[in-house]
Amino acid sequence: MHRTGDLYGQFQTLEQQKETATLGMWIFLVTEVLFFGGLFLTYTINRSAFSTAFGIGSNTLDITLGAGNTVVLIMSSLTMAMAVWSAQVGKKKLVGIFLIATLGLGTVFLGVKAIEYKQKFDHHLVPGRGFDMKYHPTHPMVGDDLKELSLEKEEVDKAFAVDPDINFHGQLYFSLYFGMTGLHALHMIVGAGLLLWLIKGSFAGRFTPQYNTPVEVVGLYWHFVDIVWIYLFPLLYLIDRHR
Amino acid sequence: MSEHIVSPKIYIVIFASLMLGTGITVWAAFQNFHQFNIVIALVIATIKATLVVLYFMHARYSPKRTQLVIVCSVFWLVIMLALTLSDYDTRSRDVRLAAPQVSHRA
Repeated sequence: MHRTGDLYGQFQTLEQQKETATLGMWIFLVTEVLFFGGLFLTYTINRSAFSTAFGIGSNTLDITLGAGNTVVLIMSSLTMAMAVWSAQVGKKKLVGIFLIATLGLGTVFLGVKAIEYKQKFDHHLVPGRGFDMKYHPTHPMVGDDLKELSLEKEEVDKAFAVDPDINFHGQLYFSLYFGMTGLHALHMIVGAGLLLWLIKGSFAGRFTPQYNTPVEVVGLYWHFVDIVWIYLFPLLYLIDRHR
Repeated sequence: MSEHIVSPKIYIVIFASLMLGTGITVWAAFQNFHQFNIVIALVIATIKATLVVLYFMHARYSPKRTQLVIVCSVFWLVIMLALTLSDYDTRSRDVRLAAPQVSHRA
């Protein structure tokens, strides 16, 4: 395939080439919408069938970490959008700076997620043999708020009285929690790889007002991953907080 | 058609709105609106998602062709959600996923 500068042979103009690439990314994102949509649907159906277990499971998540991560991710979307703008107006140095900021914020998000996952392992809330929703309220750990924990115990006891199978239904909640946040995190890791590639290109001064398609297209992907989290956060963390 | 450049000012305004939305959704989660808690959470999330699509993802300034693709994706998602949920919701009780129901918060 012959190519003149950044323009591939099958296109008439750079603008046409960019519109084609953008449309292609959007079509990929449509498949992603339906992919995550299926998971949200599964979650909704099971949540309405096992609302007791899902409520208890949801309330074990750390709302401060979850909300903090939401802020971090939305900030990374802002820096990504600013990277696109920098390329469009020809501020070559800023492109790299904003891309690095985006990658940094994405890494912070994944780090916080890792802390949250570790907590769930410590509390015996990972689906499998050791799973026990009664474990954490009866085994306080360093730094736990004992008053909060006794409230949690009361809640779990009450739930056990109504739904004796809560340890099974709770595993359903945590399977979906790990599945959905895990897939979301996997998308972030892919996005981080794409950002590294963009950062390399920006150091070489590749992105200009005439040619910035890669930044724009990766930006679309990054914002989509942000949107998935915008739905995951309230559905996983906030569904049963009102007392 | 020349490219539309969205200014940083708009990006900042959208970012601030998204932050505000996050704040409201966390606040609303702790209020007791009964069955409307989930509705409120989803409405706020959808407003936030729409802002991201329109401005961060430039959908508002995209060619009609791209906008059509976006609308189609939402349309198909709604078909999947609406038909599946109405199926689950209208089955007779004995074939439903059965589990004891309780509000564990007194």
